[in-house]
Amino acid sequence: MLKITNLHAKVGEKAILKGLSLSVKAGEVHAIMGPNGSGKSTLSYILAGRPGYTVTEGTAEYEGKDLLAMEPEIRAREGVFLAFQYPVEIPGVSNKYFLKAAYNAMRKHRGEPEMDAGAFLKFVKEKAKSVEMDPAFLNRSVNEGFSGGEKKRNEVLQLAVLEPKLALLDETDSGLDIDALKVVAGGVNKMRDPKRAFVVVTHYQRLLDYIVPDFVHVLSGGRIIKSGGKELALELEKKGYGWIEDKVAA
Amino acid sequence: MANQDLKELADREYKYGFKSDIETDQVPRGLSEDTVRLISKKKEEPAFMLEWRLKAFKHWLGMTEPTWSSVHYPKIDYQNVIYYSAPKAKKKLNSLDEVDPEIRATFDKLGIPLEEQKMLSNVAVDAVFDSVSVATTFRKTLAEAGVIFCSFSDAVKEHPELIEKYLGSVVPYTDNFFATLNSAVFSDGSFCYIPKGVKCPMELSTYFRINAKDTGQFERTLIVADEGAQVSYLEGCTAPMRDENQLHAAVVELVAHDDASIKYSTIQNWYPGDKNGKGGIYNFVTQRGKCAGKRSKISWTQVETGSAITWKYPSCILLGDESVGEFYSVALANHYQQADTGTKMIHIGKNTKSTIISKGISAGHGQNAYRGQVRIAKSAQGARNYSQCDSLLLGDKCGAHTFPYIEVGNTSATLEHEASTSKIGEDQLFYLRQRGLSAEDAVGMIVNGFCKQVFNELPLEFAVEAHKLMNISLEGSVG
Repeated sequence: MLKITNLHAKVGEKAILKGLSLSVKAGEVHAIMGPNGSGKSTLSYILAGRPGYTVTEGTAEYEGKDLLAMEPEIRAREGVFLAFQYPVEIPGVSNKYFLKAAYNAMRKHRGEPEMDAGAFLKFVKEKAKSVEMDPAFLNRSVNEGFSGGEKKRNEVLQLAVLEPKLALLDETDSGLDIDALKVVAGGVNKMRDPKRAFVVVTHYQRLLDYIVPDFVHVLSGGRIIKSGGKELALELEKKGYGWIEDKVAA
Repeated sequence: MANQDLKELADREYKYGFKSDIETDQVPRGLSEDTVRLISKKKEEPAFMLEWRLKAFKHWLGMTEPTWSSVHYPKIDYQNVIYYSAPKAKKKLNSLDEVDPEIRATFDKLGIPLEEQKMLSNVAVDAVFDSVSVATTFRKTLAEAGVIFCSFSDAVKEHPELIEKYLGSVVPYTDNFFATLNSAVFSDGSFCYIPKGVKCPMELSTYFRINAKDTGQFERTLIVADEGAQVSYLEGCTAPMRDENQLHAAVVELVAHDDASIKYSTIQNWYPGDKNGKGGIYNFVTQRGKCAGKRSKISWTQVETGSAITWKYPSCILLGDESVGEFYSVALANHYQQADTGTKMIHIGKNTKSTIISKGISAGHGQNAYRGQVRIAKSAQGARNYSQCDSLLLGDKCGAHTFPYIEVGNTSATLEHEASTSKIGEDQLFYLRQRGLSAEDAVGMIVNGFCKQVFNELPLEFAVEAHKLMNISLEGSVG
């Protein structure tokens, strides 16, 4: 589904990714772990097409197409979803209006008729229930005045509504207490599907207790320096990142 | 957003920019006492009207154009304007079916059909084409409720006592340069009178269309709500795309007696000029309401997206005790548009209350200024005002300016003022695009969210229009 080869990228003049390669198949859950500043968030932003990041070398193929050549909204409509580390507030725009616009943009892209307001409301209320979100949040402005946990839950609601093929979760656990973490992880787990892939970016192993990955990769200095199964995460938790970095350096 | 898309968006045309080919009856270019007399004569006005116009004209000769606002424009040559231009009437119209087909087609094209059965069933329209009203719908239905709604010209003939009583009672002919000019040469407009205790059974609206070249439009609207009466009124405006600037200097007067309420909404979409700032309407408008009676209420809502220059301060004189004034405004300045708009809330009566919500959006090279005055007179015991002025910037070549003036003459008054300026965020845009919305739709969504407080005040039928209009007017602003 996703094939990243030798990706080099910079923000401004600063090189962040230096030859990253990663291959993700449908149905798989990949965790990307690494210390602060290793390029984890940069990777998810580049895949989603955030302006300000320049790819200097390498390729990213998504379902056989050149992902990097697409505008951000086209990537989204093609099924790439980024759950933001810091979801953005949009004052005056109700959550359900925003969700409906996004949902219908996807449908239109697939050549399906748009869903009308009544049908959508019913649909989105069901989805809200599935991520244990109070439907009152649907009438509030997008993320405005939401707590950290509510914002993350709102990201998972969007994930559930938009049903992407490739979901990138950027530090979805940051700022969550354990109860909120369980709810958010539960929402993600419900979305696991043989046709869907997840790339979970996280600093801590904690999240991976709840969203159990098939593969764990360690990102350091802009490259993946070690890959393994879920047990690698536990090892990192015990030993920190230092030992691998030292090993690679040596 | 790719430069190519940007260019395409910016080049998209103003939707209402077409011209209609209609034979007109015009007065010669220029302004003199003879012009004023000629206009009055063409309109077959009673003597009091001519006298009033002449007083205004003489006063105007001694006035100078104001320069205190932040708008800049080349000097207007008042002798090069055609002050009266009317479609040639073939004969007196007995019914709406007799409206010139070409004019009717023009309004059809603008989405304002003049046939009653085709219209929104609960909105009556007075259609003003260049200098004259060409049709007023639903007059009969309204008359049954006792409501008078007609063109200003008809009102002068049919209800001279009301015109003589109220004309200039809120905006005197000496008021300001543009209002005085209007008083001398105004050619038509709408008149509306809601009698005691009557709630107007439908929305009233006037649709203004400038068509002829080199003409100015000088219309006047007068709305009187008698004791306990209620009315909601909306004005809409468009003009063809022309390279020359055209002058629009209108006056609106509202009078609300005891317990009466008037809600006045404007959707102003005059031709704004092209993306390089060529052409467009100069919109110098004086709008003022007098809450003459106790517990009366006047509420202004405006969505100003058009015009090369907007100079407009819909105001309330809160004379009656416990009267209420409101001003809700969205003003957009895109490309090279300049807007200097705001309000005046003059508190005179006891326990009077006013609310000001202003949302300014600047894009391209647009310059947007909020100018507002809150004055609490000595007599206004217990007056309250709440003001909120928010500015949103799209891009880095535009400007937002805020000029609040506050004068308090009574220590028991309570005033609150909040202001904010924000730039449309890259992260907001990216967030929405990551959810599949185009950059254009994303900006539209953010701006419409920003304007929500004001759009909520519009009559339902027009709130949707305002949304769409905002999206169209923002085209070419993403970068």
